[in-house]
Amino acid sequence: MTRIPTTRIIVTALLLTIGIFIAWSLLGPWPTVILTLLSGLGWLIGLTRIRGAAQHASTGARPHSLMGYYATYVALWTGLPSFLFLLAWVFLQGPVIEQLLIASLPAASAGDLTPSQISLLISEIRNVAAGRIFSEPEPYVLEAAERYGRWVAISGQMKLAAIAAVALLGLSLSASRITMAFRARQGVERIVNVLLLVSSTLAILTTIGIVASLAFEAFRFFERVPVTEFLFGLSWEPQIAIREDQVASAGAFGAVPVFAGTILISGIAILFATLIGLPSAIYLSEFAGERQRNIIKPILEVLSGVPTIVYGFFAVLVISPAIRTFFGGTLGLETSPQSALAAGLVMGVMIVPFVSSLSDDAISAVPQAMRDGSIALGATRAETMLQVLLPAALPGIVGGMLLAVSRAIGETMIVVMAAGIIASLTINPLDSVTTVTVQIVTLLIGDTEFDNPKTLSAFGLGLFLFIFTLGLNVIALQIVQRYREQYE
Amino acid sequence: MLDRVKEKMDDRKKVQMDHPTGRVETSAGTKIQSRKVNMWYDQTQALFDVSLDIPDRTVTALIGPSGCGKSTFLRALNRMNDTIPGTRLTGQIVLDGVDIYKGDLDPVQLRAQVGMVFQKPNPFPKSIYDNIAYGPRIHGLATSKSVLDGIVETSLQKAGLWDEVKDRLTEPGTGLSGGQQQRLVIARAIAVSPEVILMDEPASALDPIATGRIEELIHELRENYCIVIVTHSMQQAARVSQRTAFFHLGKLIEVGDTADIFTNPKEQKTQDYISGRFG
Ligand SMILES: Nc1ncnc2c1ncn2[C@@H]1O[C@H](COP(=O)(O)OP(=O)(O)O)[C@@H](O)[C@H]1O
Ligand SMILES: [Mg+2]
Repeated sequence: MTRIPTTRIIVTALLLTIGIFIAWSLLGPWPTVILTLLSGLGWLIGLTRIRGAAQHASTGARPHSLMGYYATYVALWTGLPSFLFLLAWVFLQGPVIEQLLIASLPAASAGDLTPSQISLLISEIRNVAAGRIFSEPEPYVLEAAERYGRWVAISGQMKLAAIAAVALLGLSLSASRITMAFRARQGVERIVNVLLLVSSTLAILTTIGIVASLAFEAFRFFERVPVTEFLFGLSWEPQIAIREDQVASAGAFGAVPVFAGTILISGIAILFATLIGLPSAIYLSEFAGERQRNIIKPILEVLSGVPTIVYGFFAVLVISPAIRTFFGGTLGLETSPQSALAAGLVMGVMIVPFVSSLSDDAISAVPQAMRDGSIALGATRAETMLQVLLPAALPGIVGGMLLAVSRAIGETMIVVMAAGIIASLTINPLDSVTTVTVQIVTLLIGDTEFDNPKTLSAFGLGLFLFIFTLGLNVIALQIVQRYREQYE
Repeated sequence: MLDRVKEKMDDRKKVQMDHPTGRVETSAGTKIQSRKVNMWYDQTQALFDVSLDIPDRTVTALIGPSGCGKSTFLRALNRMNDTIPGTRLTGQIVLDGVDIYKGDLDPVQLRAQVGMVFQKPNPFPKSIYDNIAYGPRIHGLATSKSVLDGIVETSLQKAGLWDEVKDRLTEPGTGLSGGQQQRLVIARAIAVSPEVILMDEPASALDPIATGRIEELIHELRENYCIVIVTHSMQQAARVSQRTAFFHLGKLIEVGDTADIFTNPKEQKTQDYISGRFG
């Protein structure tokens, strides 16, 4: 008996657990148990059949694929079709029963009721069926609720019978195909390919869904406030618009100060992060010994794991007061309690690991041959660093910085705590400014309705924030990518 | 103009050569002399008591089966092994009468005097011009743009590359063909006016035609430089070198005129290697 590698056992167990978990959460316990058992049965039957075929075959003949593929093939064809069938059932059950219910109600089917009245009625029936009775229901509602409960129960029993039927059908069809010549490996690989395709499609669809919902709400906002107004207006006072007598007054939704504030804070952050991160990367990659490296690198990387709210506290409790005492007290400058500088500096600390880690990678990725070539010419290590390694690693370093910037721009917690909410158009780092994310948070807090410009403007901001960081990410990844290829 | 550069280099050398404590007399015509050189990578010993005289204006080939310590010995000559942590060397390597492992000799200055060409061409990701100008710039050899231009042109000419690249000096050096790149890095080494050029299998990554050009170039350079070349090809050693040293398992087995080594080796091991019985 050959020993099966441990990693393979672990991976198989993991995949099975995930599959069962997904089935359980989508379909419930009983169908999952049935499916699992029938698939296991399929596996065994597949294995038995190919063993039998191999025994009867002339000596020395071998099945086309490894035995395990035949077993897996039958198991997959037993489990997957019935799983999909069941999924369809679960999704269709609700609407179908609802339609039946409406058809059975004279008042609703006669067309006397508006659609919203119908849906109210349906939910009342559902509530009654579930035992959540708030007031004495009408007799016909009680009857309907009883019908509803019965139908659901029938559907549940039929469901179990149906999946068992589908699974057994899949099992017998696939098992009947098993012969010595059958290409089970290709069959299994095809199914796995489809599964992989489905999961990546799901991921893409989710992304598209998120963007679409953002774009949709943003579009509703731009119906009320012109895009040009939003992009070029210099005044951001969304509060004005909620007053009854002043409908979306012009100039209140000029996003320039908000974006300017974002850029100012992110600019301070990236400047600081580069000042700290780049020298650390240089030290780590070329000058630190193994010991220092093993100590310093993890510590730097911990910085990006600190919850951002902790940074927020740090900004408010330590950095802001320090800036006020220093610039306000010592230098006598005018400072506001919430300065762009404080938020930017703390955000800078947060993104130091991005810069240092990616720069370190970029510098270390420069081939040893470059160092040797330079050293052999009589260059010192510092000359080699400044004139050969840094220029060669520059694209990677810039890529890292761009990724760090896009992280800084999207950062919310620190700025909510440390930056202001008043949108002032300034480049003075000691002034209070606001950022896109802060505005989004403030706009969506409170119980304003979702169809007034104030709330909707959050989606306008969100959309442009998304476009901006997406652009930065694409550019950064391309730079990093091209740089990698350079040394292939 | 190039004389001025040469003077500058010589000034620099004087400073360095006045300094070190370890002056050693060597026989006339000997550029580099090694005596009882042992070398270790951490605990593993890679060279055993290597004593070898390398004459000036001559091509000396180091041959031997792979892993026998040819590269290690070569890299000991410009102290490139210093950059590998855990290396240790005993014995004596003398360049122009100065022990390069003694006293306060600065390896950085030594390497300007002893150029090196590697197995794989390694041009910097810079323009052709900047590749050549790199060395002169860091050593402050050029006082003006025109002097630097002159150095770049002469170096490329000496490396036989000038005609091919004179119209594209601003293009990246990495865009050249493999053979051109190797001549580019030879020109880069020449640009700092070294006296010794070390080459570690300089043609092993090249096609036969590019190899031929490099061999011709080595032949020309011999008139002005002391050249030490590691090669795994015995034909190449026979073609380009005047002296040949045979290494085996970290020991220098035999050294002599190339013609003698190939036609009339004294040691059995040399004979076995040359006749292809191992290696
Ligand atoms: N950087 C290194 N670290 C440890 N051992 C090394 C290193 N470089 C070479 N060696 C060892 O030293 C010996 C000689 O290597 P090398 O000089 O490269 O041989 P050659 O160039 O003749 O093929 C070999 O056994 C090799 O494994
Ligand atoms: Mg070698």
